[in-house]
Amino acid sequence: MNYKYFPHTEDDIREMLQVCGVEDLEGLYAELPDSVKLGRDYRLPDAKSEIEVRREFEALGKENTPLVCFAGAGVYDHYTPAVINYVTQRSEFLTSYTPYQAEISQGTLQYIFEYQTLMADLTGMSISNASMYDGATATAEAMMMAMASVKKADRILISATLNPAVIRVTQTYAHFHGVNLIVIPEKNGVTDFDFMKSELEKGGVAGVIVGQPNYYGIIEDLSGIAELCHQNKALLIMNCPASTLAVLRTPGEWGADIAVGDGQSLGLPMNYGGPYVGYFCTTEALIRKMPGRIVGGTTDSDGKRTFVLTMQAREQHIRRQKATSNICTNQGMMTLFVTMYMSLMGPQGLKEVNEQSYAGAHYLHDELLKTGKFADAFPGQPFFNEFCVRTDTDIEQMQGKLLAEGILGGIRLTSEGKKDCILFAVTEKRTKAEIDKMVSLIKEA
Amino acid sequence: MSKVVEGLYYTESHEYVKVEGNIGYVGITDYAQSQLGNVVYVDMPEVDDEVTAGEEFGAVESVKAASDLISPVSGTVIEINEALEDAPELVNEDAYANWIMKVELSDPSELENLLDAKAYEAICQ
Amino acid sequence: MNNTYYGKLIFELSKKGRVGYSLPKNEFATYSTTQLPDHLLRKSGTILPEADEQTVVRHYTNMSNNNFGVDTGFYPLGSCTMKYNPKINEEMAALPAFSALHPTQPASTAQGALKVYYNVQQMLSELTGLSEFTLNPYAGAHGELTGLMIISTYHQKRGDLKRKKIIIPDSAHGTNPASAAVCGLEVVEVKSLENGRVDVEALKPLLSDEVAGMMMTNPNTLGLFETEIPEITRLVHECGGLMYYDGANLNPLLGVCRPGDMGFDVMHLNLHKTFSTPHGGGGPGAGPVGVRKGLEEYLPSPHVRKNDAGQFYLDYDANSLGSISSFLGNFTVILKAYAFLLSAGREHFKLMGPLAVLNANYIKEALKDVYELPIEGLCKHEFVFNGLKDKSTHVTTLDIAKRLLDYGFHAPTIYFPLLFHEALMIEPTETESKDTLDSFIATMRTIAEEAAQQPNVVKTAPHHTPTKRMDDVKAVKEPHLTYKSYTA
Repeated sequence: MNYKYFPHTEDDIREMLQVCGVEDLEGLYAELPDSVKLGRDYRLPDAKSEIEVRREFEALGKENTPLVCFAGAGVYDHYTPAVINYVTQRSEFLTSYTPYQAEISQGTLQYIFEYQTLMADLTGMSISNASMYDGATATAEAMMMAMASVKKADRILISATLNPAVIRVTQTYAHFHGVNLIVIPEKNGVTDFDFMKSELEKGGVAGVIVGQPNYYGIIEDLSGIAELCHQNKALLIMNCPASTLAVLRTPGEWGADIAVGDGQSLGLPMNYGGPYVGYFCTTEALIRKMPGRIVGGTTDSDGKRTFVLTMQAREQHIRRQKATSNICTNQGMMTLFVTMYMSLMGPQGLKEVNEQSYAGAHYLHDELLKTGKFADAFPGQPFFNEFCVRTDTDIEQMQGKLLAEGILGGIRLTSEGKKDCILFAVTEKRTKAEIDKMVSLIKEA
Repeated sequence: MSKVVEGLYYTESHEYVKVEGNIGYVGITDYAQSQLGNVVYVDMPEVDDEVTAGEEFGAVESVKAASDLISPVSGTVIEINEALEDAPELVNEDAYANWIMKVELSDPSELENLLDAKAYEAICQ
Repeated sequence: MNNTYYGKLIFELSKKGRVGYSLPKNEFATYSTTQLPDHLLRKSGTILPEADEQTVVRHYTNMSNNNFGVDTGFYPLGSCTMKYNPKINEEMAALPAFSALHPTQPASTAQGALKVYYNVQQMLSELTGLSEFTLNPYAGAHGELTGLMIISTYHQKRGDLKRKKIIIPDSAHGTNPASAAVCGLEVVEVKSLENGRVDVEALKPLLSDEVAGMMMTNPNTLGLFETEIPEITRLVHECGGLMYYDGANLNPLLGVCRPGDMGFDVMHLNLHKTFSTPHGGGGPGAGPVGVRKGLEEYLPSPHVRKNDAGQFYLDYDANSLGSISSFLGNFTVILKAYAFLLSAGREHFKLMGPLAVLNANYIKEALKDVYELPIEGLCKHEFVFNGLKDKSTHVTTLDIAKRLLDYGFHAPTIYFPLLFHEALMIEPTETESKDTLDSFIATMRTIAEEAAQQPNVVKTAPHHTPTKRMDDVKAVKEPHLTYKSYTA
């Protein structure tokens, strides 16, 4: 056998089988009907040594091309401070399970408590859960929570200006869960206020979901929306990329009832789409409708301040089909990751990251417009670290040329009427030299 | 031994209703509170809600369990026990004194389908 | 692990003026967020701490010392498959050639990543006897939901709209009924027999043309193989329903038996259980979902496929149930599982199940004279004791679990499944040695003796952990859910 993850010797196996009163390993499966037994070897490659595993990964890695990234759409190439990868690899954190045995899980429980505090603070809400899978599923969960919280309502409104990936996932959940999800159209890059107002006034709306900044990078003026929702007994749900909230008006300040979104922008590597972390924050009044785990402070029998999983009566292992959600495993380690990120960056660092991203994006925007090849897709709208421009240039050819130079030159929109638009994002990792190089390549094209 | 009070009507899911005229006081039994342990939250309906016999009207929660409340009677909620919002442990102290909702009965004949004290005591054995 | 409690919070280490970051000089300083309309800007203060790098590193290092992981010691948590997490997996998954990829970059620049997806899909198909896998679901429960969406889509596409019921055994994991509810299905519970298996006679009257399918865990949460599975799948298929396999307990079947061969149509498995990726204190996991032939088109979008030229691409099938994740799931977790799949290979996967089963039966046989074994016979990867045999001591399962912590073991899963009052669910996994199991067995016997002779020691345990027992009631009644409630 001799496999480094199996500690059994031949003697061990023999002695153990004897205790079990079974002849051989096959005898341990005596009760299985023959018809369900495999009766052959797996058709899998032969086992590889560690050297060979490494070789395979290195070869696969060469088939990927790391690019200078000007793409965003919810996933931003922010810098990860070195200490985060170093400390999050500590196996006391990494190899533990959900902290059900609080006496030997204070490490996990404390960082989740810190995470909840930081996310609630960042969003301006009063409470946070211990994480969801990603920003899209968190939004779908917020939709279901609104349905469960608001009586005599059967509709949810979602703005067309949200990230299409978020809309797609929310639509999937709505379809199966039985929610009538209505898309509020876009008007000059922002949510059509009049449409929303008239739908709300028809009644029966449990929640309204808007994005901030929205998919096009625009910071929408949401003045009056929370009041309008509340007058019509609907909850306001806001989806925001986490990092921007250090600078932008928070969901709490806008009067939102639920704040959700992706925490990826808090220094998580892009990782080809995951793992990230969905955050979920709300008001105290709605706590018993909130999905997911929650950590709370208490004391132990010596009176020391300690932390435990709490409010568990909402969860699937207790409430089964009556639970507020089916979520069990969440994004655990990624909460530690963003907690450490926020602790290192502090108030100034997080602001500065956003300042630099904002400034770089505005510089790129102005330089692109100067080439004469681009115009604002949504003139006059304020944007943050990402913006949308329209062009007559052959986008495919232009992006191909940039790709050949190792540059991911934005994201081409695919929706009807916007196929001549590109979305560019900038983070603090992009230098002036990189931006100038991309602009000059575009100019030459 | 859990307390069972004479003169009340009971359900197999451990709710009781105490009837005065056409008003019913609905709560959970002493046996139910003892099985749940420390009650930490009572999810109550709102005044003017319609409740139906045999259907859920709320839930009681302890640390490690939660139990739906099934209404023994049909009718309109005319009052809820607001004291339980801040002090849910009152249910543990005296389940019969601390009713959860007060219902105006729409069909008193439903009471015939419920258990009397003796029959309820038997299922708690 | 360090048994001295650390207990500080980062907010208590903050001091105005300290920084823990360094950033390049702003090259575009003529632009500033202050140019934005004032009412779009944040006005509230913040609790974000100000701390230097070493303070942050020490804080989280000290915190980790109050945590117990698989690398600390034996973790026999039932239904969680806490096997060893190989370190090479971590190193491979962190390679920048993978971690620096943006999800929207063209497939032509991510062929290595897509090949990993494709290979893992293929290997999981072979290991489970199903036709095609999606790796998009983020966790087991997310996989269940995706699987149920596939089942619903299958019925909807056939115009069979009244199939809204899903049959679930009373011994099922709580996620099963919860996932069904999220999917808009009505849960119908089927009872277990005295021998812990699904009651086929009780199942029959539940079957009708309103049944979408049935969810099963096999071996079930008692660690028992559902021997009537051929008959159960036959009956459910006969009534037009599909069979869903909850792969949380797949580990013991590796090498012996495949869900596809048992007649299951749809399943999920947990890469963070069977395929050795770490649990990370609650995540991230991955819950790939497999389907039998004929259901592939319903898998969620996007889906990784290979064209005739050998190039990998993202497919958005028109018949797909839709998207259940922003992109392709927890990629890093999939990389780790791929390293494990390569390392174990043909030779070792076939022994994984048998050795896990051997370990579980060994503990069961060695302890059943002092702990109550409600159902005799062979178990698979786990089994359930119903507390101590001698009930006169009034020492509960919770007490035993807490006392185990004192002896340097993680506790088993307790009070689940709900079929027994004092359930103690033990799953050792194949990566544990006989020596470890022997010392666990000896400790469990010691605790049984303590329960008889000095029960108070057990009832007040743990005594040697960083903290003592927690006040769970206080946590709910006087909630402190963020640090602000301590400073208010």
